[in-house]
Amino acid sequence: MTLKLVFLAGLVALAAVTMTSAGPGSGTISGKVTFEGTPAKQKTIDMSKEPSCAKEHATPITTEAVVTGPGNTLENVVVYISAGAPDEPPPSTSANFEQKGCQYLPHVLAFQVGQELKISNDDQTSHNIHPLAKINREWNKSQPPGTPPITDKYDKAEMIPVKCNIHPWMHGNFAVLKNSHYAVTGADGSFKLPNLPPGKYTITAWHEPDQEMTQDVEISGSESKTVSFVFKLKPY
Amino acid sequence: MRKLNITKLFVAVAILLAAPLLVAAQESHIGKYDGNAGAGKQLYFRYCWGCHGFRGDGNGENAQYLNILPRNFVAATFKCRSTVTGTLPTDQDLFNSIKRGFNNSNMPSWIELTDQNRADLIAFIKGFSPRWKTEKAGTPITIPAEPPVTVDSIKHGKELFTKLECWKCHGPEGRGDGPSASTLTDNNDQPIRPYNFAAGSRFKCGSTNADLYKIFITGLDGTPMPSFADVIKPEEAWDLVHYLRTLQVTHKSPELALWVTTKEGAEIVASQKIYGTPTGSGIKQ
Repeated sequence: MTLKLVFLAGLVALAAVTMTSAGPGSGTISGKVTFEGTPAKQKTIDMSKEPSCAKEHATPITTEAVVTGPGNTLENVVVYISAGAPDEPPPSTSANFEQKGCQYLPHVLAFQVGQELKISNDDQTSHNIHPLAKINREWNKSQPPGTPPITDKYDKAEMIPVKCNIHPWMHGNFAVLKNSHYAVTGADGSFKLPNLPPGKYTITAWHEPDQEMTQDVEISGSESKTVSFVFKLKPY
Repeated sequence: MRKLNITKLFVAVAILLAAPLLVAAQESHIGKYDGNAGAGKQLYFRYCWGCHGFRGDGNGENAQYLNILPRNFVAATFKCRSTVTGTLPTDQDLFNSIKRGFNNSNMPSWIELTDQNRADLIAFIKGFSPRWKTEKAGTPITIPAEPPVTVDSIKHGKELFTKLECWKCHGPEGRGDGPSASTLTDNNDQPIRPYNFAAGSRFKCGSTNADLYKIFITGLDGTPMPSFADVIKPEEAWDLVHYLRTLQVTHKSPELALWVTTKEGAEIVASQKIYGTPTGSGIKQ
């Protein structure tokens, strides 16, 4: 029984290796994320309780639960391949998450399972970094000013909200993904997933806190395909 | 035929009900006690499931009446640990929790249980979460011997309280009324209050100086209280412990006794207005 299991596991591992060793393809999936409906009104953040952060912003910033651009584009959407691509080993580069002016930069940080995550505090105040993981382990660490970056990695794919309990307006997201085919939309709502080998893929677009849309796309050769997502937003 | 169907249905329901209990049996080892999950199951369904629920997910019948929700053993995020943040607690940690109960919550001290009972319960509740199958308990932190209480130690602790911004939540006088206090929520999005030092002597995770040391070094997972393990040196941590004791103005301690002998300390303690009963129940929470 155990032997059989080991053999099966070996086969799966072998299959995974051969699939990844196929190398990067040249297909591309790109597109745009837009919204219809009314996005929730974002509130101006009052940082008067934290003067050292308040002075970092010439004009007060707003919450970033929904960020939109001209032409109804939607920012901060994670677009990734959720099925059809093999799991990949993490890259050697670290994913950097910065706390500056009592704000998370970037607001949504996407990285791979096992990849090093580096969290730094550029502020003159203490933060506590509290990623509210449910599938991975939840931890909560204090990071006073001038202390070295906190490093960590996650073992499982998950969308993790991140909070600073000391500064209740600070809210961000980690998107822990299984492969390197992902993008986070900018102000123009566009995304591009290059270097795709031919195959059938499921593309997922995720917006915080838990809105998700999927589309199936088939790529042959070095084809470029366009996919667009339209999120339905409600004011509350 | 009809009878057969009912029998089938009964069997199916029985299997369904038993399903959450058919988890791989876990073990527990606390000192000389080896826990038995089978014996723990009997105890669980006598004492614990009313709050912690049939599936150990904290959704027991009584959970809706509780403000601090019963622990969800499936999620297996525990506040009181001797291990670093983000890791599973040791069997001893869970054992201590059952024995001690939780101050300011509805979890009482289960003093009527024997040590063997507690070990059995731990073996059983570990079966609720898949985490115990794939992860090991974290390594307990090492707590160096406590240095003597001195005025310098208390003063340094006071500086740390300011520098590490403990006051942001716990308030400048440790009354749990800091600027961020009213906004705090736990990982279930339930409002949660920072500890009010002025109100009592016992902490959520124990009552000794070593317990206090452990609380801020490991952090209370699932709550806004972070771990300070990477930012406080061990000797500094004891200084902070000594200062925190002086904030407990309604509780007699060697630290408070020494602190009020100094001019600075006497002024600070005297300026703390104590309302209500000596237990501090009338103090603004």
